[in-house]
Amino acid sequence: MQQGKRIRVLLGKPGLDGHDRGIKVVARALRDAGMEVIYTGLHQTAESIVAAAIQEDVDVVGLSILSGAHMTLFPKVAKLLREQGAENMILIGGGTIPQDDVDQLLAEGWVEALFTPGTPTSELVEWIQKRVAEKQD
Amino acid sequence: MTKKPVDTCGCRPAGVTGGSVCTTQKPLRENRKFVTVSGVPIKELYGPEDAQIDPEQDLGLPGEYPFTRGVQKNMYRGRLWTMRQFAGFATAKETNERYRFLLANGQTGLSVAFDMPTLMGYDSDHSFSEGEVGRCGVAIDSLADMERLFEGIPLDQVSTSMTINGPAAVIWAMYLVAAEKQGVSLKDLRGTIQNDILKEYIAQKAWIFPPKPHMRLITDIFAFASKEVPQWNTVSISGYHIREAGSTAVQELAFTLADGFAYVEAGIEAGLDVDEFAPRLSFFFNSHMDFFEEIAKYRAARRIWARYMKEKYRAKDPRSWKMRFHTQTAGCSLTAQQPENNIVRTALEALAAVLGGTQSLHTNSMDEVLALPTEKAVKIALRTQQIIAYESGVVNTIDPLAGSYFVEALTNQMEAEAEAYFREIEKRGGVLAAIEQGYFQQELADAAYRYQQAIESGERIIVGVNDFVEENESLDIEILKIDPQIEIEQIKNLTRLKETRDNEQVAVTLKALKEGAQGTANLIPLIMDCVRAYATLGEIVGVMKEVFGEYRERPVF
Repeated sequence: MQQGKRIRVLLGKPGLDGHDRGIKVVARALRDAGMEVIYTGLHQTAESIVAAAIQEDVDVVGLSILSGAHMTLFPKVAKLLREQGAENMILIGGGTIPQDDVDQLLAEGWVEALFTPGTPTSELVEWIQKRVAEKQD
Repeated sequence: MTKKPVDTCGCRPAGVTGGSVCTTQKPLRENRKFVTVSGVPIKELYGPEDAQIDPEQDLGLPGEYPFTRGVQKNMYRGRLWTMRQFAGFATAKETNERYRFLLANGQTGLSVAFDMPTLMGYDSDHSFSEGEVGRCGVAIDSLADMERLFEGIPLDQVSTSMTINGPAAVIWAMYLVAAEKQGVSLKDLRGTIQNDILKEYIAQKAWIFPPKPHMRLITDIFAFASKEVPQWNTVSISGYHIREAGSTAVQELAFTLADGFAYVEAGIEAGLDVDEFAPRLSFFFNSHMDFFEEIAKYRAARRIWARYMKEKYRAKDPRSWKMRFHTQTAGCSLTAQQPENNIVRTALEALAAVLGGTQSLHTNSMDEVLALPTEKAVKIALRTQQIIAYESGVVNTIDPLAGSYFVEALTNQMEAEAEAYFREIEKRGGVLAAIEQGYFQQELADAAYRYQQAIESGERIIVGVNDFVEENESLDIEILKIDPQIEIEQIKNLTRLKETRDNEQVAVTLKALKEGAQGTANLIPLIMDCVRAYATLGEIVGVMKEVFGEYRERPVF
């Protein structure tokens, strides 16, 4: 990673789900770890999240989904990123996602990582730092 | 059954592809801190000097002002709390089956969980609803779904609680019309609509309109219910979601009561007599893991409400002074790790709610941190309440913790700290102004972050998460899956409805509602007309959006 370049992360809440406790804690933890964090706010469409990610030229896109719509929304955002030439962005997520669905989303390659309840934010920070560094090598 | 990869040190891995990170060096249990779950320090010993109370003024007798000891004279000796499990998923048909299952197993009230599109006022065929139909609750698009939801359940014989806020007026109208169609008089209906929009702006975030028109809909409901549906609880003023969003116990108490006062003031400003609507206001609290802090919270809540209603708002009817409340155990206290342990957490939280004098109770199922609960998990949660009620003996006497130096000291302390918050809110220009300033939202975000940091630094132990972690943990409980076919079916039914109903009548009633919204008429009868014509939720809300606009939040973290 280039010296001094801060990791840029866009955090988004797609769909109608209003549970924003987790994403706000994550936003703050990433910011405290020195990253630049852009939070979209609630009730975003997949399209608006992808547009914001491209406009802000972020390294990482993180989605928080606690409504059960994860099997629809992750693939939708992933496809849009690819279609719009942003397949290089690291797509990750979190929320109330059963392990079977985690496994499937990872196996099908829609997301690079999913952080489910109980994950320490320190783990998330280290994962992002490592993954962004790998990508830039 | 699924298996998660595990570190050699036993640190719990998340669902991470790139390996997990070890954070635990030595067991955290070695540096215990003596603070509540809200971070309040607790002394080693409490004595008479800590619990300054005048038993007559500060406690009173059960069923008497200021109701610190409970709202009924005989409490659970007279009647147990209502065991009310929140349920809803897929379509009205599946949820109807779950309700019949719960009633057959001894549940005494119904509680409807709606899916996200319904909560936000969208029809199942809206683009925003994609992937969300029937996922975290039942999908209701029109009166037809509401009729199906309660098929075979006589609505004069159950009490029904509906967790609905943004489109509360519309969903309630659907329930009222469904009852009419069953031949039940509105006067015989018992139940609750949550209808607490203030906590939506503060915490749960399922709003539709800006605050002003929302408050008008709420006062329209007050006025309509007081005449037509007199046994209905018109608002369930909710701390539950405030707590789930990360607040401390005192913040939950203070912000919820402040919301309650705001509704009272809105009703009075709308020209209603306080005693006309205040007896139908009810409350809804969380029960988190700190046993005594929660009990003190409920006792303080009753006392504060009674004092304000009598002294500040000059209510004369003692029913206006009584705070009746529902409790739900804390979803946010449950862990995805070793989920069976959640049964024990829920039992402790439920016990605190009972000792705190709750009127009804929902116990969470062990698997709710992973998905909607399975039938087996729900049954264990319901049995937990039955064991407390019929085996533990705690119902034999009223408010058994009164006079405990510790509990009385905590109760006093919570009341004093809530008062400090009331002053701060007042200084900011009241609840609506404080919402606009992002004050509550920032307070919650700060508290949630402190809580998370306490877990990560090891100040707070969560069994199975940051200590007592199990190596090679494998999940061996069943998970409820919602069939994606549900969404397709729901949309098909909706399309058919739109083709077969009298669309002219729909247009006429929607137009009348729009005109009403532009004026000052009570909107409930107009919404009921739209419902009778089988106008959809999305259409009815859509017409009101044209007049009222939509709310947008400025997010803070």
